[in-house]
Amino acid sequence: MLELAFMQRAVLAAAAIGLVCGALGFFVVLRRLAFIGVGIAHSAIGGVALAIVLGGPPLASAALFAIAVALAIARLTRSGRLSEDAVIGIFFAGSMALAVVLFSLRRGYQQDLFGYLFGNVLAITPGELGVLLAAGAAVLVALALAFRPLLFLAFDEEVARAYGHPVGALEAGLLVLLAVTVVVGVRLVGVILVEALLVVPAATATLWASHYRAQLALAMALGAGAGVVGLAVAYLFDLAAGGAIVLVSVAGFLLSLLLRPLLGRAGV
Amino acid sequence: MSAPAAERVRPRRGAGGEIVVRFEDVAVARDGRLVLEDVSFTVRAGQFVGVVGPNGAGKTTLLRALLGLVPLARGRIEVLGRPPGDARGEIGYVPQRHAIAASFPATVRDVVMMGRLGRYARHGLGRIRREDRLAVEEALARVDLLAHADRPVGRLSGGEQRRVMLAQALCASARLLVLDEPTIGLDLPAEQAFYALLDGLDRTVIAVSHDLLALASVADELICINRTMHVHGNPDDVVHSHALREAYHCEFDFLAGELAHHGRRPGGAPPDSGAPDAGGAPR
Repeated sequence: MLELAFMQRAVLAAAAIGLVCGALGFFVVLRRLAFIGVGIAHSAIGGVALAIVLGGPPLASAALFAIAVALAIARLTRSGRLSEDAVIGIFFAGSMALAVVLFSLRRGYQQDLFGYLFGNVLAITPGELGVLLAAGAAVLVALALAFRPLLFLAFDEEVARAYGHPVGALEAGLLVLLAVTVVVGVRLVGVILVEALLVVPAATATLWASHYRAQLALAMALGAGAGVVGLAVAYLFDLAAGGAIVLVSVAGFLLSLLLRPLLGRAGV
Repeated sequence: MSAPAAERVRPRRGAGGEIVVRFEDVAVARDGRLVLEDVSFTVRAGQFVGVVGPNGAGKTTLLRALLGLVPLARGRIEVLGRPPGDARGEIGYVPQRHAIAASFPATVRDVVMMGRLGRYARHGLGRIRREDRLAVEEALARVDLLAHADRPVGRLSGGEQRRVMLAQALCASARLLVLDEPTIGLDLPAEQAFYALLDGLDRTVIAVSHDLLALASVADELICINRTMHVHGNPDDVVHSHALREAYHCEFDFLAGELAHHGRRPGGAPPDSGAPDAGGAPR
């Protein structure tokens, strides 16, 4: 399958998004940000719809919209008047409703909406692949630089604050990385499935490893592996690529759940 | 019975030393209501100062103000001559805490290393240097956790986890240690071991506890607050003062040793009546 240029791009793209989602997923699982991820991912659709109706680059619009929503969620939650899940629920529903209403202004909107909900990794252009790889590399570098303060924050926010670490900026930064990753992933596997890649590989890693280095490495490997294997499965059986990638990832999780008690926890 | 001065393993410290902490007429408001007011005291280098008071007296608020985590409604706080927020590199903080999540994916050594983060982040782009590793090993040895250094931090007992947090504060090279209910949940031997450890550190310590007698036996000075400052002085005077009874809104007769009959309730919070969780054997 790899002699086809579009398949080469798809494999590279799927491996890259799996790698980045796996790395970021470590913090998503550790800090229980899965629902925030869902909220940010769905708000990206609102941004796409705005761009399509008003004219403009959909992914840039989605990125701005998702980052704005991520920061708004952080801000409103921090004020302490509303619980985080309520805030996310409001933005999640609001963005989706905005997207549905805007798409409905156009004829044949269902196809557009479906394209962004489920993605199309096989249709990725060389230009889009370049953007994906650059954005993915930027997310990984930012994550590497902020990794230790972010881990401290996950350990104890108040102690990190007492030691003078910029807690608010770090939290906002993590959400921005989440937004960027989600938007990049939307093009490939769609909104719904990028959320799964942010949670499933990292959650699977926690079943096998107890130290953050091992968890992080395993989550990245599992994410990239799910991307490549899922694509191969989709190619062989003529299935939807995004769905196949996530199903492979979930199958890995279920298999781990079954096997781990039999094999015992790896000592890492 | 209150801890007699004769049992003290060391003389009181602090007279004439450098002023490390200064509170001047400090007030803190929450939701428009003053939760702390008229608090003024100084802490000198090397002193161990205990802050006591009933539940809800504002003890943790006082510590949070000291750490620069809450704004002041009035007054001034200086830590080493600077506003609290500017002195964070000099403060080690051991929070009042519930257990660390059993699954937290880091070892004891990783967590202690977090105390060095502010230092090595300023040097060489966050690379851990040799002196950081040495500081961590030394801190682990200080709290007797070297043997547990590579264990997942969430698997340690409550007392061991408290020592992990102390090691984290120690290796931050902090000159001032701020401890919030450091011995809550510890049994008596673990509590005594913890205070003995603090005693040998040669740092300035401010510790908050509802356990009046435990602090009275180790502190150089006691500050008793209940929304406002009731009394400040050496533990023997404070424990026998009328102001202390006022702060706790109850009578207790230390000389008659009545509290000893109540026994110690390890880790128990004092009842809502505001009576301190005191008693137990003198040390």
